Amino acid sequence: MVVHIDAADLHYTPLNKQIRAAVRDGEKEIVIDHVLGQRFIADGLVGEVTITVNGVPGGDLGMLMRGPTLVVHGNADHAPGNTMDGGTIIVHGSAGDAVAHSMRGGKVFVRDDIGYRGGIHMKEYEEKRPCLVVGGSARSYLGEYMAGGIVLVLRQGETGPFVERGIASGIHGGEIYIRGEIDEDCLAIGAKVLPFDEEHRAQIRPLIEEFCRHFGVEAAPLLGADYTRIGPASARPFAGKYTWE
Amino acid sequence: MAIGSVPLRYRISIDRDRCMECGRCVENCPYGTFRWEGDRIVVDSRTCTACHRCIAMCPRDAITLTEHPCDYRTHPVWTRDARESIYNQAKTGKIILAGMGNASPLPPIFDRLLLDACQVTNPSIDPLREPMELRTYIGKKPSRLSFKRGEGGEVELQTELSPNLKLDTPIMIGHMSYGAISLNAQLALAKGAHEAGTFLGTGEGGMHPAIFPYQDNMIVQVASGRFGVDVDYLNRGAAIEIKIGQGAKPGIGGHLPGEKVCADVSCTRMIPLGSDAISPAPHHDIYSIEDLAQLVRSLKEATEWKKPVFVKIAAVHNVAAIAAGIARSSADAVVVDGFRGGTGAAPKVFRDHVGIPIEAAVSAVDQKLRSQGVRNEISVIASGGITNAADVTKAIALGADAVYIGTAALVAMGCRVCGNCYRGLCPWGIATQRPDLVARLNPEVQAEHVANLIHAWTMEVSELMGAAGINAIESLRGNRDRLRGYMLDEGLLKVLDVKPVGA
Repeated sequence: MVVHIDAADLHYTPLNKQIRAAVRDGEKEIVIDHVLGQRFIADGLVGEVTITVNGVPGGDLGMLMRGPTLVVHGNADHAPGNTMDGGTIIVHGSAGDAVAHSMRGGKVFVRDDIGYRGGIHMKEYEEKRPCLVVGGSARSYLGEYMAGGIVLVLRQGETGPFVERGIASGIHGGEIYIRGEIDEDCLAIGAKVLPFDEEHRAQIRPLIEEFCRHFGVEAAPLLGADYTRIGPASARPFAGKYTWE
Repeated sequence: MAIGSVPLRYRISIDRDRCMECGRCVENCPYGTFRWEGDRIVVDSRTCTACHRCIAMCPRDAITLTEHPCDYRTHPVWTRDARESIYNQAKTGKIILAGMGNASPLPPIFDRLLLDACQVTNPSIDPLREPMELRTYIGKKPSRLSFKRGEGGEVELQTELSPNLKLDTPIMIGHMSYGAISLNAQLALAKGAHEAGTFLGTGEGGMHPAIFPYQDNMIVQVASGRFGVDVDYLNRGAAIEIKIGQGAKPGIGGHLPGEKVCADVSCTRMIPLGSDAISPAPHHDIYSIEDLAQLVRSLKEATEWKKPVFVKIAAVHNVAAIAAGIARSSADAVVVDGFRGGTGAAPKVFRDHVGIPIEAAVSAVDQKLRSQGVRNEISVIASGGITNAADVTKAIALGADAVYIGTAALVAMGCRVCGNCYRGLCPWGIATQRPDLVARLNPEVQAEHVANLIHAWTMEVSELMGAAGINAIESLRGNRDRLRGYMLDEGLLKVLDVKPVGA
């Protein structure tokens, strides 16, 4: 059975209470209609459930979430997937700044573009390896302070080199893949372009396929494209900065 | 060798008549100051940090440590420290790291504030026979209460109360992470806090399972690195603290070097083994006071509004305005950390030169919140440089609800304030992850010392209150009439809102 929640004129706390109650009752599918800027949807939610969000959710969608799948039919505000632990967020539209901030597990797919500081401080631990896949483009400070996981930017429709400032500043773990060339002047401290070969293509293949499945996009051109792979120049970017008193 | 070596800072000597060559100094010194040469112990004073471990462990009191007199040409500006910092940086080209709190010889304002005592017409209170109320609740308080009378005449509270922390003493222990300190040290602090009926902070290192039995006494921290933060961690804590700033290093982040990220630390922080744990200066989702309000509310929403959320800021020039913004963010307490706050590692130039004293900051925050009519909406916790029970009492009289202690709690466990925490070789088993050094700290014994310290200071606060004719901490809070400034200038007296002595 599908649980329907009408979010019209509903504050985020009662909305989340209804979602939590449904998950506690063992519901596996929830549809929320008329979402208009409610923040924190599924914040800290734990469980195996699919939540369809019809409308535009506010900031911190799925923050600290572990397990659920959120499908957004609309754009998302800033920081969807903030410090998320596990599960999937699929945004049929664009998303704001700090998408997947400090995300530690699970996947975020954004069909169109994201704002500044995407994938910032994503980290990984053992089997938890978070992924952020962006269909369009991303703005500056992509993957800044990244400590693990994968960021993949497909740049559909873009043909020139990726020119956004501060790419991966302070990166000390994880990898960023950007379709096409990048302007190397945009790489920030600690970041380095690494070789991209068939092993790496195989690594991003499942993510591209999943992206295409979610959004009904043809996979072949994306699978065959060239990508720039960016990683840390060192796992200790600031080790040489300090001396003892 | 163009610059050469600098003079010794400390000189260690062994009284050969007393020494029985037992070798405990050799075993106890992780800095390599003592070594065997044949059957004789020799000393290399250059490596000494004045941690005092050798002196404490010598069964014959045979070891003497003296600060080595400076033999540079004396100069009021070009001090030994100024010159040696330059030699160091000329050689390395790097930022100088330092441990513990601000080491500048600036006079603590606390020492220039004097407490009041009652005399004849308003007699003092004897805490031995009169009840003294030191219980403190941290969190939001309602401005007024509304009640409803039921049909049977029973009275029902209508106002919804926010969750508060209940403290038996206004003294809490500040945040020191597992990683910065050892698990044994954190365990001792947790047991000590539990014993004393108070709370301590996890720091931003996550929570090790060994701490779980004391989780009801733990305040879990969310810092910019978000290390160890997941929904279970948030739910475990009695309260959540968002760390925006720290008194020892306002405006910058933290950095636990990869060599301190051992298997257990990597597990609690949820990062790979040996990886640097970098907490950047800002939270990447906070670029305005509205964004901060959003993080406060998202943490409350994730924990179903059951936990108080604190926001910790460093004491800086516009601290009162920042605190006023925080008071409107749904936060339950603001922690103000003064420039004497300790740390495991900070750039020395920050530690010694950035921020303002807690005394001025807490008073400014209290006054601003009162003038805006929101003081009741938030608790104020003062930290950074609380060295004794008088400091606790004065901080509360200047407007704090409670204080955090940090270095004082470490000193209660044996720390000698040698300031080398960032080297990971702490001979007292506190700021180290080296198993043999960690094993030197017995959590049971040190927990008792920590609890003893808090008990002792709590009794002293109670005696000081009694002397001032006050029998409840609520009557002391913000009660500047019980303070007088001695040798403080007019401007500072105005900031503190305290009269000079004799007035």
